[in-house]
Amino acid sequence: MRILVVEDDTDVAGFVVKGLREAGHVVEHAANGRDGLFLAASEKFDAIVLDRMLPGGIDGLRLLETLRAQDNQTPVLFLSAMAQVDDRVRGLKAGGDDYLTKPFAFAELLARVENLARRGKGDGPATKLVTADLEMDLLSRGVRRAGQKIDLQPREFRLLEYLMRHSGQVVTRTMLLEGVWDYHFDPQTNVIDVHVSRLRQKIDKPFPLPLIHTVRNAGYMLREEQP
Amino acid sequence: MDWGSRASGLNLRSAGVRFGVAYAALFGVSALALASFLWWSTAGLMERQVDDAINADSLGLSERYRETGTAGLLETINQRLIGNVDRDAIYLLVDPAMRRLTGNLQRWPAGIGMDQEWIERPLERDGRRSLARVHQFELAGGYHLMIGRDVQARAEMRHLLTDALLWAAAIAVALGSVGAWAVRGLFGMTLAEVSAIAGAIGAGDLTRRVRVTGRGDEFDRLAEIINDMLDRIAQLMDGVRQVSNAIAHDLRTPIARARARLEDAANHASGEADLRAALERAQADLDGITALFQGLLRIAEIEAGARRSAFAAFDAAPMLLDLADFYGAVAEEREVVLKPDIPEIVPVFGDRDMVQQAVANLLDNAIKFAPSGTTVLLSATPEDGWVRIVVADQGPGIPLADRPRATERFFRGESARSTPGSGLGLALVQAVATLHGGVLRLEDAGPGLIATLTLPHGPREVA
Repeated sequence: MRILVVEDDTDVAGFVVKGLREAGHVVEHAANGRDGLFLAASEKFDAIVLDRMLPGGIDGLRLLETLRAQDNQTPVLFLSAMAQVDDRVRGLKAGGDDYLTKPFAFAELLARVENLARRGKGDGPATKLVTADLEMDLLSRGVRRAGQKIDLQPREFRLLEYLMRHSGQVVTRTMLLEGVWDYHFDPQTNVIDVHVSRLRQKIDKPFPLPLIHTVRNAGYMLREEQP
Repeated sequence: MDWGSRASGLNLRSAGVRFGVAYAALFGVSALALASFLWWSTAGLMERQVDDAINADSLGLSERYRETGTAGLLETINQRLIGNVDRDAIYLLVDPAMRRLTGNLQRWPAGIGMDQEWIERPLERDGRRSLARVHQFELAGGYHLMIGRDVQARAEMRHLLTDALLWAAAIAVALGSVGAWAVRGLFGMTLAEVSAIAGAIGAGDLTRRVRVTGRGDEFDRLAEIINDMLDRIAQLMDGVRQVSNAIAHDLRTPIARARARLEDAANHASGEADLRAALERAQADLDGITALFQGLLRIAEIEAGARRSAFAAFDAAPMLLDLADFYGAVAEEREVVLKPDIPEIVPVFGDRDMVQQAVANLLDNAIKFAPSGTTVLLSATPEDGWVRIVVADQGPGIPLADRPRATERFFRGESARSTPGSGLGLALVQAVATLHGGVLRLEDAGPGLIATLTLPHGPREVA
């Protein structure tokens, strides 16, 4: 995927660019708002990682607003040290698709960027999700694995739905927290792990091949077979 | 700020002087209005009465002349003069040759032409001069009739009245000036204290407060508002101080730990695997420090109250059930039962996200400290104006001595030292409660802790 990184801090930018390239993406880098806007407006990207405080007269918010005013809908992930609730709200209001505060774990950034870049390419509203022999009917809210019916609590259902919609992608704990529970705070205990392990009991335990995998230092991934 | 020196000159930029001048002007206008009315209702009234009497006489005598001719008129006038009906009355009837026919004037006064109808001038009557107001007109047949009144007494009265009013004006000016000066002084005095205290506070002494006299007047209200503002500022300053203290002391410890581990690894690591492990530990340490920072800043953000604009009415029931479900899984894993007791609707007025985080912290605490096999209760009771959200556990509780400090940042009781945690959880709950004008109460459940978060009740009908 083609990803644009607009970030003025050389260390952070170098780290992000290197990591994204290692993950197999084509990355362009701009060190100020002006260059960033020029690149974003003139070339096609699958996602943009955008710092908020940028030199060059155009900060991240202005850049994004200009871009959206030109009807450019490239998904944008804000990467900012401005971490207050209001900052976050302002960033999303300006047209940002996601907001990650510094300091951050690269795995979190990667998972979120890939999630954003893939989001635009969905094939419309599905009524059925399938991963390997796991099937989820979104209309009847039924789940089957290998033809066997599995009973899930509403919250377990939503957790599995989120994992299936992001099947083959790394999903971090914060992504689950925000996506499934709509919580924007950090629960100090590893509540997410407990919920995932409960889901595993129902989805994976009775079957020979596990589908929910733990990705070390990152989160979870639902995928067909182990690499 | 220096009222003393400013009060000495007539500085129009001084609000005190402006108030004084305004007072004097108002006082002057009122005095003038009063004097005018007084004049109109005394001297003016007398004048109008004289004119009315003369007019009535003129009408009556004209009628008499029309009915009875010269003879009748003569008789009437003579009767009136002899009867001495009005001592001040003046009558004079002359024939076409201006010869006197009757009346109490010896002759037609010189200088009164036939074209003047109303005249006010001194006339000689019964051998003495006095001021008179007369009305003269021509009767049919060339006769002229002059009717008037002696107004000497009235003139003297008017003179007296003018004198009195002039004196009154002088007194009014004097009183007005004194009043204006007093108003300015009072104004200055009242503000001098406020401004002196504001000055002291500006110079850094935040303990000073404006004196409330207890009269309950506007100045008292102003003083109360200023004092409330000062309390709030002091509270915020205190928060800032606590945060900087926290940075100075409490954040030093984890940073020192992380640094020690890194240095140890750099000096003693025996291979790549060791180094990698040390780096990962350091990362985790840094993440922990970041989380502490975030927690601290979040509390500061809440305490600053900037997000009070996001307050709205909402039903907390689904949110509480959600949280019970969310933490229920963890509780179950620790063999603790989390039992929610939530009514159908829990209307709350506040910031949804904050309340959510506050209750989450309470549940997190309760489950962390609850021994296995016990129950944690989450309940909500809406009652007169408030909603009480209670989290009760059967853990060790908080010793009475520690309870007042339990909501301080980084405070960790003896029993909490061994469990993981930042020491910021209850501080955040406290901040949320305070921002909402509510209370966080920590009580002994014997054994266990009952944490009660009281929040403002929302409107009854909430979607």
